[in-house]
Amino acid sequence: MNYIGEHLLPGQIGHFLLILSLVASLVATFAYFKATVVRQGVDMAYWKKLGRAAFIIEVVSVASIIAILYYINANHLFEYKYAWQHSSRSLEPKYLLASIWEGQEGSFLLWSIGHCVLGLVLIRTSKQWEAPVMTVVSFTQFLLATMVIGIYIFGEKLGSNPFILLRESGVLDNAPALHINFDLNEPIREDYLASIKDGNDLNPLLQNYWMVIHPPVLFLGFASTLIPFAYMIAGLWTKKFGEVLRPALPWALFSLAALGVGIMMGAAWAYESLTFGGYSARDPVENASLVPWLILVAGIHTLLIYKHSGHSLRSTYLFLFLTFIFILYSTFLTRSGILGEASVHAFTDLGMNGQLYLLLYIFTWLPAFLVATTSNQRTITAATGIVMLAASYFLDIPAIAFLTILAGLGFVIFQMQKQIPGVAKEESGNSREFWMFIGSLVFFLSAIVIISKTSLPVINKVFGLEMAAPEDEEMAYNQIQIFVAIIIGLLTAVTQYLKYKNTTSKAFWKKIWIPTVVSAVLATLILVFGNVNYDKHGPGYLGAIWLAILCAIYAVVANAAYIWLGLKGSLKLSGGSISHVGFGLVLLGVLISSSKKEILSLNTSGIAIDFGSESNEKTGENLTLVKGMPMKMGKYDVTYIGDSAHPRKQQWYYSIHFKSRIDDEEFTLRPNAFVNYKGNEGLMANPDSRHYWDHDVFTYISALPNPEKNKDTASFKSNPVKIGDSIYYSKGYMILERLATRDSMPFKGFQPGDKATVAGIKVYSFNKTSYTSEPLLINQRGNLLALPDTVMSESLILRINKVDDDGTGADIGVKESSAILEYVTLKAYKFPFINILWLGIIITAVGILISMVRRIQLNRLKAER
Amino acid sequence: MKKIHIILLVLVAGAIAVLISFLQTATTYDTVDTAISKPGKYVHLMARLDKSQPVEYDALKNPNYLEFTAVDTLGKSVRVIYHNPKPENFEISERLVLKGKYMGDHFDCQSIQTKCPSKYKDDMSAAGKNIQAASEQY
Repeated sequence: MNYIGEHLLPGQIGHFLLILSLVASLVATFAYFKATVVRQGVDMAYWKKLGRAAFIIEVVSVASIIAILYYINANHLFEYKYAWQHSSRSLEPKYLLASIWEGQEGSFLLWSIGHCVLGLVLIRTSKQWEAPVMTVVSFTQFLLATMVIGIYIFGEKLGSNPFILLRESGVLDNAPALHINFDLNEPIREDYLASIKDGNDLNPLLQNYWMVIHPPVLFLGFASTLIPFAYMIAGLWTKKFGEVLRPALPWALFSLAALGVGIMMGAAWAYESLTFGGYSARDPVENASLVPWLILVAGIHTLLIYKHSGHSLRSTYLFLFLTFIFILYSTFLTRSGILGEASVHAFTDLGMNGQLYLLLYIFTWLPAFLVATTSNQRTITAATGIVMLAASYFLDIPAIAFLTILAGLGFVIFQMQKQIPGVAKEESGNSREFWMFIGSLVFFLSAIVIISKTSLPVINKVFGLEMAAPEDEEMAYNQIQIFVAIIIGLLTAVTQYLKYKNTTSKAFWKKIWIPTVVSAVLATLILVFGNVNYDKHGPGYLGAIWLAILCAIYAVVANAAYIWLGLKGSLKLSGGSISHVGFGLVLLGVLISSSKKEILSLNTSGIAIDFGSESNEKTGENLTLVKGMPMKMGKYDVTYIGDSAHPRKQQWYYSIHFKSRIDDEEFTLRPNAFVNYKGNEGLMANPDSRHYWDHDVFTYISALPNPEKNKDTASFKSNPVKIGDSIYYSKGYMILERLATRDSMPFKGFQPGDKATVAGIKVYSFNKTSYTSEPLLINQRGNLLALPDTVMSESLILRINKVDDDGTGADIGVKESSAILEYVTLKAYKFPFINILWLGIIITAVGILISMVRRIQLNRLKAER
Repeated sequence: MKKIHIILLVLVAGAIAVLISFLQTATTYDTVDTAISKPGKYVHLMARLDKSQPVEYDALKNPNYLEFTAVDTLGKSVRVIYHNPKPENFEISERLVLKGKYMGDHFDCQSIQTKCPSKYKDDMSAAGKNIQAASEQY
């Protein structure tokens, strides 16, 4: 059948390219493998050339696949499920990119293109390591290509194809209107596409500019961890354990910078676009990407130890290996749907858990097989691996599957221990390497602790338990990590002042006393005048925070000072110190901004004080603002001024005006919200914040009136009363105090002879506030015109229906309606010193990149000699 | 034994101690009955919104007071009080993870996680219905 209006060509090209990239990466793997095994001569050159050609074909394919996907999204070709599911006609062009990586398929492609770019750099620069390193890269590319191939093998789904057509995806199967004769058993109608007018759109929470750049940088970080891993495998494979680490170091540094910046861009997105009130919620997804970063930090430090002292070669291998393994593990966690209960923003399950598990399996057992030295060992490794895999597949017991991965890791670690030479001599206790190693160990263990806690859903599955997160989940992490921060801050400050191998204590103290005194003074000033009084968890924890702040300041000051005291101000050499300064600032920013975070919207006064059953409840963190009525919020008077709608979406912008009562500070924030957006119910809010150098004021909408429920159905109730009588309404009572007749009014059309009656009504609310209301009744030559008056905060509308002839009483109409009120409920925070955090990240990344450049130069010099 | 080994042992022991203490603070997933059976204890109550009962929320009266009835898979229901506005997709969610404590006469909820039918597969059928609804208008 020919369907009307479909564009099938892009999909066909795309599908072809998917297969081409799969085949090309397999060819590249094989060719580079042969080149590694052959080692030299004409054959090696031939295989290498073939490998390069295949890899370049693979690069072109992946890039074209992404381009086609963009084309499909940009042209709203909703015959493709991907475009229909992730984009819409109203989506701004910049978010069309984000809609590519909203789906799992697109994010796999993003990861893959990261490897492509890095692989091209490797082909140009890696010289004698090209063959083994590119074998690993190409093989990984092959595995990633299977993730988007979308075929079935023996009934098991292999990958998910981004070019699948909407009508073939099963989405339309339950829509009779799209089938011939409205019968689900009949095929889909030829003109079905005419009925599909718009796509499902990008999730509103992802419609933020950070979502355009955060995923590419993060996935470049993910991709870059492969390179140190590949060098490490090359070292194990060729048995040149130490040599291989020299070119690996700049790559590891690049990876650290890219991954770190990628993670923190995610934090910036969370801060600017999400409403959990901060840059981190210790969500499993965030933890899972932080853990490899922490291990990589450990790995880079042990690598430096090895370069300068020959110690810690094994630990370096272990850390670089585990960095990549934990990247894969975090991929499994976030994409398998196992975090479903525990995480707010994991990917949805694509039914590829088996394949994701297999990825982890292959990268633990294949290295184990590769590094085995004798054929006997190789047989044992292969047999164990295959038997365990078969057991976990056929028995379907999660514990065995888990054990299989652990066993694979065990095999690799065992081989590393056995083969990699160690140094028998002990490090001296006053050497730099000793304390650097302790620091690396602390980083590594804190990573293991974090990932163990994050893996609770996995542990439940493996052991058949039903454990849930503790009551204060953030605290469960923080109470440990605060001590990690103290130790790391201290070590970062002091260790640079120690020399490799041995340091005389005289030389050490001579230099370090200045930064020590300076930091002690600074920290005292901050703690005395900074009012860091975070007492939610008792004085012990507050003490720990103070200590951590002291250590963070020490790290910043000592490392900044070291640039002059130790390195004579040479920027070229001080990459390490600069990144340590940045890291110290990150610690400081995190500590101060989270312990001094203030909720401005505490519900303490105004219209929202309740009475009745819930009167003894604690004050809440949300405040309702009635349009035009200023409310006290911290030092501000805050007014909801009005709202405006997005021209093409169900998205509203609310103008919230802040005016300080103390000084003349004044500004308007415009948080926005998607209301009942595309099948969602309720509002999805995007915050807005006002930035100052030392703090941010941050607000978002947390509730809106429901227009359906608030239709003005109420009517005026008639109350004939005399002056002095009272009328009751649901939230209080009112007294008619006076009735005055006037002959002139500043009212258009009021003519001599007309009469106006003003009623003075005092309204007493149960919440002990009172209001005066003055409704009017105008008598224009016998025509009665009532001008009602509203008491906004009480949702009251009052009017005079009729005035008694003798002027001693009147019929007062009372209407209670919530429809007259326009209001928003919002939550507002003050974040102090959040900029220290962002600044720290930038400085850290700059420092790391300076080191990277320096290491590349050193390697080049060495190669020339 | 080298110094480094002693430190290694101490740190690893510390890490293990931390993890064990973490497991002890871990809480449980509960039904209404089991949550009621341990009043004052923090639990994860798995339930869904009982739509036949009123949902009380009036931002003008108190923006920090939401009261509704939750019913679990066994059909038991409990009154829930939550001191925040309605979370998004509250009324269309098919499952709620309510974190809090049972307090005498109601479940005092500290946080609500809504599980929407928009998680992929169901999303597809829901979206399919949308298409159907849209196309039936012709």
